[in-house]
Amino acid sequence: MPELSYREAVRDALVRAMREDDDVFILGEDIAEMGGSMGVTQGMLDEFGPERIRNTPISEMALAGAAIGAAMQGMRPVAEIMYEDFLTLAAEQIVNQAAKHRYMSGGQLTVPVTFRTQGGAGWSPGAQHAQQLEAWFVHIPGLKVVFPSTPTDVRGLLWSAIYDDNPVVFFEHRTLYGIKENVPDELEPIALGRARVHREGEDVTVIATGRLVHEALAAAKDAEQEGVSVEVVDPRTLQPLDEEALIASVRKTNRCVVAHEAVTRMGFGAEVAAVVQYGAFDWLDAPIERVGAKFAPLPFSPVMEDFVVPHSADVLDAIHRTLGRRNGN
Amino acid sequence: MGWVGDRERQPQLGPVVGDSALDLVEVGDQLQGLERTLAPVAKVEQKGTLSNADLREFFREMLLIRRFEEKVEERFRAGELPGFLHVAIGQEAVAVGVCRALEEGDIIASTHRAHGHTLAKGTTPSEVMAELYGKLEGCSHGYGGSMHLYDIERGNMGANAVVGGGLPAIVGAALAFKFRNEPRVGVAFFGDGATNIGTFHEALNLAQLWKVPALFVCENNHWAESTPSWQHMPIEDISQRAVAFGMKAVKVDGQDVEAVYKATRRALEHARGGKGPVFLAVETYRLVGHYIGDPQVYRSKEELAEVRETQDPIEHLRRKLELGDGEVEEVDREVQEIVEAAVEFAKNGTDPRPEDALKNIYA
Repeated sequence: MPELSYREAVRDALVRAMREDDDVFILGEDIAEMGGSMGVTQGMLDEFGPERIRNTPISEMALAGAAIGAAMQGMRPVAEIMYEDFLTLAAEQIVNQAAKHRYMSGGQLTVPVTFRTQGGAGWSPGAQHAQQLEAWFVHIPGLKVVFPSTPTDVRGLLWSAIYDDNPVVFFEHRTLYGIKENVPDELEPIALGRARVHREGEDVTVIATGRLVHEALAAAKDAEQEGVSVEVVDPRTLQPLDEEALIASVRKTNRCVVAHEAVTRMGFGAEVAAVVQYGAFDWLDAPIERVGAKFAPLPFSPVMEDFVVPHSADVLDAIHRTLGRRNGN
Repeated sequence: MGWVGDRERQPQLGPVVGDSALDLVEVGDQLQGLERTLAPVAKVEQKGTLSNADLREFFREMLLIRRFEEKVEERFRAGELPGFLHVAIGQEAVAVGVCRALEEGDIIASTHRAHGHTLAKGTTPSEVMAELYGKLEGCSHGYGGSMHLYDIERGNMGANAVVGGGLPAIVGAALAFKFRNEPRVGVAFFGDGATNIGTFHEALNLAQLWKVPALFVCENNHWAESTPSWQHMPIEDISQRAVAFGMKAVKVDGQDVEAVYKATRRALEHARGGKGPVFLAVETYRLVGHYIGDPQVYRSKEELAEVRETQDPIEHLRRKLELGDGEVEEVDREVQEIVEAAVEFAKNGTDPRPEDALKNIYA
């Protein structure tokens, strides 16, 4: 069982898919010699050459659109959008084109494209290099949205995204690239639309995505010291959403916290809270708590950045609130 | 081809292609008959020359598109057609000249003004008309409408309602042809208005950078909706925009179908031969408003009358071929019959069920 970092796990999925399938290629900014801004595609140019590890100009609309066009001809392109903030530049192509072609054509074609991107706070990138925009894309019928939080998940889910016949927006988190995990020798694809229970518990369910999965696991450990048993569930795929798994968990624990790094207002957690209250209304013993960033652009200064985005302590506070406690009392 | 991943193990998240409302009706050849009229032009094309018979066929097709769009306007004003519609009356020579120059396997992406391109690419008038009536028999099965006409089988990758929206995908499609070593070309239609939007510049830059087999057909009708080119473009010669990317640019008289055809053949040869994309700056005229019902307050009646008098591509071709009134009337009768049959076909088409709106949803 090799140990892979999250970064290596992404690369492993890409490399394996490209070795097996000529239809898979990657395009994006600085992905060739430089190996991508996060080093994900490092070394791939040597193996696959510049045609398939295709550097593009700083031109998000065109690179996203070219990926869509190649996908419409049956290829399986993976377009890397360097920072998810730059999805806003590619949004026309992703939202109006990729998401709509299959539908508007009455089902005459499919668009098997994957848009990989990354973002996230924790290293003072400022307001235009770390937004968490996953909720925007969940709102668009015609897109699948994936946000893995571990090396095993990112590898298995990326494979499934590449081999899905529909457009997938695939979010990675900047601060997770270095985390390591033992993964199986063989890549095990993980079906889109299945949540993962990271930790079973009895008293409170925390439904978390991205970096906050790890913050939630830390909060769960702290809660355990207080005698509170926390279940941590990661939906992993935000669209389609494994509603059943989330509801089942809350029906068991009767309390729910949703947590993500994106701003709380209109965040993905709002949808999860709606789904859970509808599916587990009679089981809930407390209002659903939401944890997310404060409603501010991301500030540069580490002190302020730290204040804006949520941490394990915020998750723990929310857990306490669902239990009617304050500060652990 | 490698292992196809985990698809078998994935939950069924919705209908897949083929398992849709479209299966409720037969959309087969028996529908075509009279209106299946777009026979391939003879091999003489290969030399880039056109016989008199070829040009007569072009005339017939241009007239068919004209009568089709006039009928669309009439039925829209009668309140039979939902949505809103853009016709390309005056630009028929571009659609026919370009599409007739294409080879089997070449693909197009069209615009909001798509009827002519779609018909010229081989979709039958009945299928296009049925789409405008929102019927399952339509070429997008009622999901698209006038601005989203698709016919994948015949190489129409879709008309786009976002100005310039289809250009990047043509670059990607052409890249796929290059990857697979297929002798195919991707063709993007767009207007002068689209040359101001980012997708245009990004797509042309990428196409030239990667030398993909693509053709960018700029139908310069001098109007971006109601805005004249002098108000939306700081240059007069639109081909300079392609030159700026180092792309081969060719200027063509878009009211002369033979010129369009020949220029397209040469451009296709260039692109197919691996020499890179070509920009066709096609000078044309929109002899009608931006949309059906457009009062055209932005141009004078005299100006409109003058271009209608002097710039009708069908009239140009009629004179060139020296067609007599009798001959023209005969062709006209035939194409009008086809158009009437298309309307009948469309009116008798199948309405989707409301819940068909949820077919082809996968996420």
